[in-house]
Amino acid sequence: MVTFLLRRLLQSVFVLVGITLFVSFTIRLSGDPAVAMFQGSSAPTEEQLALIRERLGTDRPFVEQYLDFVVGALRGDLGTSFRTGGPVAAAVAARFPATVGLALAALGISLTLAIPLGVWAARRRGSQVDLTIRVVTLFGLSFPNFWLGIMLILIFGVQLRWLPPSGYEGPISFVLPSLTLGLILASSTTRLVRSALLDVLGEQYVVTARAKGVREKVVVYRHALRTALIPVVTFVGLQIGGLIGGVVIIEQVFAWPGLGSLALNAISFRDYPMLQGTITVLALFIASINLLVDLSYAALDPRIRYA
Amino acid sequence: MRRALRDPSFTIGALIVLTVVGAALFAPAIAPHDATAATLRSRLAVPFSAGHPLGADAIGRDILSRIIFGARISLTVGLASVAVAVVMGTLVGLVAGYFGGVIDAVLMRSADIQLSFPFILLAITVIAVVGPGLWKVILVMALTQWVQYARIVRGQTLSLREKEYVQAARGLGATHARIMFRHILLNALTPITVLATLGIANNILLEAGLTFLGLGVDPTIPSWGGMLADGRNYIERAWWVATFPGLAITVTVLGFNLLGDWLRDRLDPRMRT
Repeated sequence: MVTFLLRRLLQSVFVLVGITLFVSFTIRLSGDPAVAMFQGSSAPTEEQLALIRERLGTDRPFVEQYLDFVVGALRGDLGTSFRTGGPVAAAVAARFPATVGLALAALGISLTLAIPLGVWAARRRGSQVDLTIRVVTLFGLSFPNFWLGIMLILIFGVQLRWLPPSGYEGPISFVLPSLTLGLILASSTTRLVRSALLDVLGEQYVVTARAKGVREKVVVYRHALRTALIPVVTFVGLQIGGLIGGVVIIEQVFAWPGLGSLALNAISFRDYPMLQGTITVLALFIASINLLVDLSYAALDPRIRYA
Repeated sequence: MRRALRDPSFTIGALIVLTVVGAALFAPAIAPHDATAATLRSRLAVPFSAGHPLGADAIGRDILSRIIFGARISLTVGLASVAVAVVMGTLVGLVAGYFGGVIDAVLMRSADIQLSFPFILLAITVIAVVGPGLWKVILVMALTQWVQYARIVRGQTLSLREKEYVQAARGLGATHARIMFRHILLNALTPITVLATLGIANNILLEAGLTFLGLGVDPTIPSWGGMLADGRNYIERAWWVATFPGLAITVTVLGFNLLGDWLRDRLDPRMRT
């Protein structure tokens, strides 16, 4: 177990280094931020540029800048925003709860829907219920999330006026964006729960339990579902990255004050430290969730722990 | 073929895909209006009004015509990105699986990193630097997705290279290239075809999302994602501007998903649900 933990931790560190290296390097490729800062105003003199480069630290070699960034990040310092002059870490920390809250609410909605629906479809395989669930989830897989969001705004925000159409006006504002992401994620998860449970229901220990006269409810929920949830947990872990990607888009639809809009604004203002900080924090969040998922997976299935 | 026609997944999927391909190919002939011409007189014209069956947008451009032309962008991105990714992934996967060693190790590590880095963050970073554009979007998708094809081909190659018929071919003096392409690749095509079909659906969604964010194709070209971004701004006054392009995306993606599902059931009976 200890070896597994260490190996898995090392892998996370490796992935994070890869991602931050890639992001820092790519951003440096985009040209001189000192020149970018003068965009739209009169042409700067060479001295002005040199001064700014020195202040931003962009006159030093890439490796040095990257190591600086890593050392700073480890101490919770993500650099200074080109645009506001304030610390990036503070801006990111202020937006972080809105983004993570949205992602977790969406995840909660999708699991609440997907597990009962998947079980229902699997228990009545081939029935009308099963067919309906399969067709509806196939539609769910084909919806662009931002379009579903716009349609929900149109119906519940504009026509019925039940819910705030956009922005953040207290917890009620979570309903539409998290429902948008949750419904779409629920489609793929329902399909997975269904096929995982179907696989397990054919196993010998389930047949044995039935033969012993164990009640059907106990067989399905206590014996079969527990094993069937292992691939579901893995799948959910793999979906976290995609879910965060969805949040970035959905934040634009709902004018949501989160990290996605922070990153997109940073692009339009060429605020590279802000972009780098935002993406690093999102990547760190995703990597941590994946780590947690892998550990819980190992806890659920002894075969992994001792492999 | 007759059996295929009786399967609703196949018939509906194929019908949708053929319609969209037809619309893209013959767009200039079937579109009722110039998709980029702004007519002030028909600003936000409601659906079914004179000459605009699906209405018009904020500067009076015909929505039906823009949807028809938009099919070109969605299909180009979907097909081209998957094609590039499949070719790259297949080559790397074949070589890695066949020869093993360092190439194999590097491939599997880069696969780990790519799997843990969400596409949208990568796309944001890259597009922030190189700027938006049709071919840039296609390349970003291909460069982030070839790994999934490489992994499948690698897995197939690992098991196939030990098969007796491959040993026999080697004994008869076949070159490495001939064994890889002729004897192994042809047998690995099944899972790639399924994955690629579903990949087209996925990439049509991704492109629409990127363009919606302003990180995809040029906003002056009619595209479904761009139309949705416009429509979002007029949601309080004109529901049709955002509704119809979204429907076009959903139906097209559904078509590819249906075909992909059908192919998977057909080609791989173990995965049949």
